[in-house]
Amino acid sequence: MSGAQNTETPEAAAPVTEARTRRTGSGVGRVLVAVYAILALAATGRSVFQIIDRFGEAPVAFLLSALAGVIYIVATIALGARLRSLALVTISIELIGVLVVGTLSLVAPALLGLHSLDPFGRDSTVWSAFGAGYLLVPLVLPVLGLLYLRGGRSGGSARGAARKAKA
Amino acid sequence: MIAGFTVAQVIVACVAGLLCTVLGLARRRPNDLTLGALVLVEVLLLAQLVIALISPALGNHPVGSVPLFYVYLISALLIPPLAVFWALIERTRWSTVVLGVAAFAIAVMVVRMQQIWTP
Repeated sequence: MSGAQNTETPEAAAPVTEARTRRTGSGVGRVLVAVYAILALAATGRSVFQIIDRFGEAPVAFLLSALAGVIYIVATIALGARLRSLALVTISIELIGVLVVGTLSLVAPALLGLHSLDPFGRDSTVWSAFGAGYLLVPLVLPVLGLLYLRGGRSGGSARGAARKAKA
Repeated sequence: MIAGFTVAQVIVACVAGLLCTVLGLARRRPNDLTLGALVLVEVLLLAQLVIALISPALGNHPVGSVPLFYVYLISALLIPPLAVFWALIERTRWSTVVLGVAAFAIAVMVVRMQQIWTP
């Protein structure tokens, strides 16, 4: 394998790239994309409904919910299209969002304009109570996403090494 | 909605989810069994749509928000076909796991729909 990488023809480099694409492209990452897609649908659907139905009740929470929905959509696309840095940025925002909003929703719900802590309540959002209304998936998913991206990076650097060897 | 039918539907969706997830992790590619399980889940959702449409006429009115109920139901109706479509395009074991994830999502959504109908 290392011998193949040292021969500097594009044909020799191709199998390395292909192997990496296959690993991140059709591996467990596809399941991650599917879970992200469902969460994006759930978060966006709920926030759109809340904003149309009763925006005045908790505008801050509902706007945060909508923002979360958009971020999940972008993250889904980034993971699906293998846009590594975009995926990294959006998944990091999700992790920060669920931690900050989750903590605020429990410690100072009034700050978000929330009236109750019920994760299934009228004004609960995708990040309220660390995503308890979504079976804590919003809390677990960014961690899995970051671990997955970290795992994929070793494949990326292997390709980088092959490129370096080429130069 | 009819509580008994909802319970049956949630059980079917959970069994389908478990079956597809286990078979996927056991390296099975999507096959007639796993794809059929998702088709069954979809058929039950269509039955749920029919029940939801005729229930109010028979005196079984939703207590919660009707638009929200249909947002859930229509979203749920889209998920199994998308998962099956995915599995047909990408015939890998991970697509079988995706079928399972979709079935579990339906189970959760149906529970939420029941909560909206009778809070």
